[in-house]
Amino acid sequence: MASTSYKVIGTRPIRHDGTDKVTGRAQFGADIQLSGMLFGAILRSPHAHARIKSIDISQAESYPGVHAVVTGTDLPEQQQKVAHLGEGDVNLYHLSQNVLARQKVLYKGHAVAAVAADDIHIAQEATQLINVEYEVLPPVLDVLEAMQDEAPVLNDDVRTDSMAGEESKDPTNVAKHYFYEKGNIEKGFEAAHVVIEREYRTSTVHQGYIEPHNATALWNQDGQITIWTSTQGSFMVRQQMADLLKLPESRIKVVPMEIGGGFGGKISVYLQPVAALLSKKSGRPVKLVMDRASVFEATGPTPGSYIRVKMGADREGKLTAAEAYVAFEAGGFPGSPVVCACMCIFACYDVPHGRINGYDVCVNKPRSNAYRAPGSTHAAFAAESVVDEICERLEMDPVEFRLKNAAQEGTRRVDGVQFARIGMKETVEAIRDSEHWKSSLEGKYRGRGIASGFWFNVGLKSSVTAMLAADGTVSLLEGSTDIGGTRASLSMQLAETLGIAAEDIKPAVVDTDSVGYNDVTGGSRVTFSTGIAVHNAGLEMRRQLIERVANIWEVKVEDVQYEDGKVRGPGGKEFTFRELAAKIHATGEPITVKGTSGSENQAGAFGTHCVDVEVDPETGKVDVLRYTIAQDCGTAIHPAYVEGQMQGGAAQGIGWALNEEYVYDEHGAMRNATFLDYRIPTCCDLPMMDTIIVEVPDPQHPFGVRGVGEVPIAPPPAALVAAIYQAVGVRMRELPASPPRLLHQILQR
Amino acid sequence: MAKKRIVTTTINGKETQFLCQPRQTLLEILRDDLALTGSKEGCSNGNCGACTVLCNGKAVNSCLILAVEAEGAEIETIEGVAPVDGLDSLQDAFLQQAALQCGICTPGFIMSAKALLQEQPDPSEEDIRFNLAGNLCRCTGYDKIVRAVQDAAAARQQV
Ligand code: FES
Ligand code: FES
Repeated sequence: MASTSYKVIGTRPIRHDGTDKVTGRAQFGADIQLSGMLFGAILRSPHAHARIKSIDISQAESYPGVHAVVTGTDLPEQQQKVAHLGEGDVNLYHLSQNVLARQKVLYKGHAVAAVAADDIHIAQEATQLINVEYEVLPPVLDVLEAMQDEAPVLNDDVRTDSMAGEESKDPTNVAKHYFYEKGNIEKGFEAAHVVIEREYRTSTVHQGYIEPHNATALWNQDGQITIWTSTQGSFMVRQQMADLLKLPESRIKVVPMEIGGGFGGKISVYLQPVAALLSKKSGRPVKLVMDRASVFEATGPTPGSYIRVKMGADREGKLTAAEAYVAFEAGGFPGSPVVCACMCIFACYDVPHGRINGYDVCVNKPRSNAYRAPGSTHAAFAAESVVDEICERLEMDPVEFRLKNAAQEGTRRVDGVQFARIGMKETVEAIRDSEHWKSSLEGKYRGRGIASGFWFNVGLKSSVTAMLAADGTVSLLEGSTDIGGTRASLSMQLAETLGIAAEDIKPAVVDTDSVGYNDVTGGSRVTFSTGIAVHNAGLEMRRQLIERVANIWEVKVEDVQYEDGKVRGPGGKEFTFRELAAKIHATGEPITVKGTSGSENQAGAFGTHCVDVEVDPETGKVDVLRYTIAQDCGTAIHPAYVEGQMQGGAAQGIGWALNEEYVYDEHGAMRNATFLDYRIPTCCDLPMMDTIIVEVPDPQHPFGVRGVGEVPIAPPPAALVAAIYQAVGVRMRELPASPPRLLHQILQR
Repeated sequence: MAKKRIVTTTINGKETQFLCQPRQTLLEILRDDLALTGSKEGCSNGNCGACTVLCNGKAVNSCLILAVEAEGAEIETIEGVAPVDGLDSLQDAFLQQAALQCGICTPGFIMSAKALLQEQPDPSEEDIRFNLAGNLCRCTGYDKIVRAVQDAAAARQQV
């Protein structure tokens, strides 16, 4: 494969931060201790929808041990203004209200006030002394209900913004209407031999990272603010803080701590501005850490959805047309990833005629946020399930169908984007050729399903600094927080560029004052985009080394070659990297280089999954017997961590498919805000997860990297419901296919 | 506020005294007072296993134990696992197998796995999965974690 000529890329070195992480030394967000530090607690709304009539903090303020109390009015008022956070935009007016509510609370758990005290217990007690008078309003919890004219409206300032530019006159819950069209949809369906149209529902689900949100802030006496926090984007935290507090960015330094999972949920700020306000008021550093219930109730899960898909194919199984209506629950404020769902829903296929309508709809649930390939899992569940029914109707092998219709280089998506070099077909072929697919599955109540998925991956901007040390090692300063092994994957790319060992690179994720700008760790972009920055830094270091050697040898730069970590000159002159490094200080200035990236866009990633299940027809419980993931990963830099992404993403998709959901009562209270009741997969629920790394290099990256992190979450629900259908003959069109729901369908059959 | 108590325990082989309020958990004391932040807090109600420590050799959720209950107990935390001059075979195996991504769950898994291997030196895959089911990992899908424990078991058998 592509990696054969590489020395470092494709190997499996121990990650640089490994020892700290297996010994407990790694400093995660909540681990920080500062001298004089106070602990904070947040008062949250008990109602899903209410007007705040008054807030009285006087009792809390005078409680012994309390140093500061803040409410929404401590934040500067915001105008309607959109801030671009790299991956996704946010309206500051809404973001500010989400951080601390002002006039209204829009979901249970919405932050209303906060306290800083000597210890966490005092802070929690004091929040109970804050008196909030609410006028309770009826909540609306379902996306279709919220779209009705008579539904309670959450935000006075929200009008429907359609892509054509016109706005609705009255306040509404429907914040956005996306519309995409390709070809002539009517003609497409006329040409079809079989047309299937189905409705799908998915529940609100959470990223479920094990580390709760946290933020420690020091508003120093000189006006400088430092934030220690676990985040996917320290520069995004800085930007949001500056916007929310109306301060210049230069006043704020963000120190990214180790991050215990994010999956899209740790980009938006929640606690950071509140900790800063508490610190300002108390004159002391303040630490805020969420409890698990708040993580569920008050951060940004992925939306529940309603999706209607109609697809048609001719007698030979060629798709002729595809249409989708996609409505997402944005939560309290607009901004669901419904546009991403629109981009992904038919992306696996060459669809000649298509139409997609997408709606972003406010409901009284927490403001939704990105979750690993945001929107794509919902989309794949619906579209791939229809594909499975078309295959059944045509009596066609689902692998053959996918090979026949697979999108490839040059295919234009319904939303208009034309694909560069992609590997959809190759992932289907990998499944077709896998032992798993070729094996026979025997036994009662057992079934096999396959499904494909797509994620577009993003490029965005990165900066790194690399510094040569006299002992031949290179320090690498980066600003992309390392959420799953990117210190290793970036160091390996620098090592490959320089021709040295991965172990000779010393990577460090540093604060926002210590490295150039970096966009978020998200969109499966770090190994790709920061990788390009690292490569550029490596090339610049090589250039300077060549110049230095030319000087030492008194030869022309053109006569010096850099190869395999060695410099060679005329007459057999040669230095190893190490020998040269030892001469640096004696022969000139230090070698410190930078690398940046930002103009490249990724080509997108595809995966095809195959799963065997066994269903217990008496309980509706589904056991996953065998699971195989084939994914186009471009060039796999560190295959073990690539496999890990595939396995972890698939596991999340399995949880989404079989168990996970927010259960609400009619008042809009989540009834299962614990890990006991919101059940993510445990190791008892899963088999070993087989991986097939398909390498179709992305030509835009010097080593052919393609983002791998997100796409593996998309196919599992569709693959699982296809397998369940094979096993027990019922088609689950609502997620999760949890035991009670599946049992209900089995009994109805 | 209730009066603070003095508690005497052994932590990572060293006799340790601390002061605590009756309502404080062992996890809180370990993290906030004793600066042993390797034990993580993921849920504080016994559901995630990130806070797992060994108490008299048994794996327990330190968020479910009151600090006062630790009186006289032998506690081992992740900070006590590695020998002075290297890593424990479990820690080694986690690194070799790339059994961690974000790493927040890792200390808890290593502690649970350590307790398991003390009791069952040669566990089957099923034993491992059953015994680690109280530890949640959201990043890895568990495949590499299970393999790491298998490798560590094999490595321990060899010495
Ligand atoms: S923090 Fe103790 S089990 Fe989760
Ligand atoms: S490695 Fe992130 S939770 Fe396990």
